[in-house]
Amino acid sequence: MGVDKIWVLVERADGKVPPAALELLTRARDLATTVEAVAWGPDVAAVAAELGAYGAAAVLDAGDPGDALVGAPVAGAIAAAVALGNGPDAVLIAATYDGRDIAGRLSARLDRPVITNVVGLEADGDGLLSEHGIFGGTQVATARFTGAGPALFVVRPKSFSAEPGGGSEGAPQVRPLPSGDLGSTNTAAIVAHHAEERTGPKLDEADVVVSGGRGLGSADAYAMIDELAKLLGGAPGASRAIVDAGWVPYAYQVGQTGKTVKPTVYLACGISGATQHMVGMKNAKNIIAVNKDQDAPIFTVADLGIVGDVHKVLPKLIEALKARS
Amino acid sequence: MNVAVCVKQIPDPAAPPALDPVTKNLVRTGKLILDDSDSYGVEMALQLAEAAGGGEVTVISMAPGGETSGLRTALAMGAAKAILVSDDALAGSDALATAKVLAAAVRRSGADLVLAATESTDGYTGTTPVQVAELLGLPSVTFAKKVTVDGSSVRVERQTEAGYDEVTCPLPALVTVTAGVVEPRYPSFKGIMAAKSKPLEQLTVADLGIDAGEVGAAGARQVVVDVAAAEARASGEIVVDEGDAHERIVQMLDQLKVI
Ligand SMILES: Cc1cc2nc3c(=O)[nH]c(=O)nc-3n(C[C@H](O)[C@H](O)[C@H](O)COP(=O)(O)OP(=O)(O)OC[C@H]3O[C@@H](n4cnc5c(N)ncnc54)[C@H](O)[C@@H]3O)c2cc1C
Repeated sequence: MGVDKIWVLVERADGKVPPAALELLTRARDLATTVEAVAWGPDVAAVAAELGAYGAAAVLDAGDPGDALVGAPVAGAIAAAVALGNGPDAVLIAATYDGRDIAGRLSARLDRPVITNVVGLEADGDGLLSEHGIFGGTQVATARFTGAGPALFVVRPKSFSAEPGGGSEGAPQVRPLPSGDLGSTNTAAIVAHHAEERTGPKLDEADVVVSGGRGLGSADAYAMIDELAKLLGGAPGASRAIVDAGWVPYAYQVGQTGKTVKPTVYLACGISGATQHMVGMKNAKNIIAVNKDQDAPIFTVADLGIVGDVHKVLPKLIEALKARS
Repeated sequence: MNVAVCVKQIPDPAAPPALDPVTKNLVRTGKLILDDSDSYGVEMALQLAEAAGGGEVTVISMAPGGETSGLRTALAMGAAKAILVSDDALAGSDALATAKVLAAAVRRSGADLVLAATESTDGYTGTTPVQVAELLGLPSVTFAKKVTVDGSSVRVERQTEAGYDEVTCPLPALVTVTAGVVEPRYPSFKGIMAAKSKPLEQLTVADLGIDAGEVGAAGARQVVVDVAAAEARASGEIVVDEGDAHERIVQMLDQLKVI
């Protein structure tokens, strides 16, 4: 069965444990004899019981980086443990901004490669095989580390489902994971946070996602997407083309460099279906696409494809939904 | 202020990608071009050097076969010089080996600020720049949507899940930029002509003092054991809108009980 020990990195948002960390803990339980969580920031002990309920036998506290970007201090703490011979066989890291920073720094500090874009993990003798999407997720490559551990995996959110289990009675023990010498790598500091206002469900947690692309023709036409999302109790999303064009904030972006979504319904309006977009939404349970080009790639994944003009179909759809409510 | 930009020269993304059936590495044949994602870093570097009142922009790339066409594009945009690391020993390098090579080349350039894209268009491992920073002992700020330099520190608006953070960092430092950080210029005819005579230094791994056994296929510590097509989704029903297609959408939403 897999490896002896896996560490799962837990990056909290507003103190809360995100689904991505629970997904990784759930998967790690089947791959290792011992699973431990690594967390940082204020009051790590507050989430120990929750992490334990998902199988963490211990929680390692990498300290509070304060205003510093977390890449250097968290990687430093893990690398210090590895140097002392207390490291794990594998580290699982969710593919977030900070997760990628930690992974890159850790890889260089340990002089170990890192495998990114992981969408599956399997036990292979006393090691692990990782599956990762390449060419925008159209192909799956299976990879294996050949050198000494720890093996570093950066895993896309929603690759596994999160289920409690494997926990022991009560909250697991919290142990400090002291950082090594960080030199000048730890000098980047956050001076202000800016949150973009959003109402309704979060994009990556919504049951319905309505996304708009360049086919809307103008930033103003995005109002139709907002309205549809509201009528369906869902979240509005976007292709990168209209994020880059400044029509909507980056937080709306779905795809390889944006959010991965898995809603019950994904409604794509005026989106061509570039591989980089599809990698973020093709696992939606149902996909509906509206595009005026019948050869648009998005139709290859759509359960229902409407060949039509968004300016004709969407206003009628909005009226019909309003009439029902 | 001197700025180094790590750029990747990649096969034209418009051409379908392929893997070598034996080595499972990306096949890179034909002319390579400057990765579109890197044109933002080059433009940002030019603007920052100008705003700082001078200094040179050096573009740095690792590529097979002495490939320089992407570097020429960056020189034509206005970069002062280029460093190319090209060596048969580098074939099959993983991201960390690439980072070791780039870090060694950056060290030679004597840059105050190192820029790179958040990820490449063809490989998108997205870890190389931060590995470079760690190898050089530099702080890094990733996912920049705005960059300004103020004397001896860099100020970045860094994308976050919720919006963005304002981050400051003393120089020297490494910053990765997203598409849209600036609008890249097109090389002018004059720029293209001038690029032909700009210095382009070509180096081997030995020139950089790197052991050939540490990089390339020899140094890679991960192997791809299999590549298969991802599970394809069965394509569904196609309806050509004749004025009532919205009704079919409503019907489906109804069936799925989301309305
Ligand atoms: C490294 C990298 C990372 C990337 N990451 C992402 C990512 O995370 N997310 C992402 O989305 N993209 C990403 N991209 C960009 C991606 O390649 C595409 O460029 C982008 O998704 C295209 O957006 P779009 O579908 O809105 O625009 P287009 O490709 O321009 O498509 C517009 C579509 O609208 C249709 N249309 C036009 N008018 C109408 C109308 N009136 N009614 C109906 N349909 C109409 C057209 O037929 C067309 O299919 C990435 C690219 C790179 C290189």
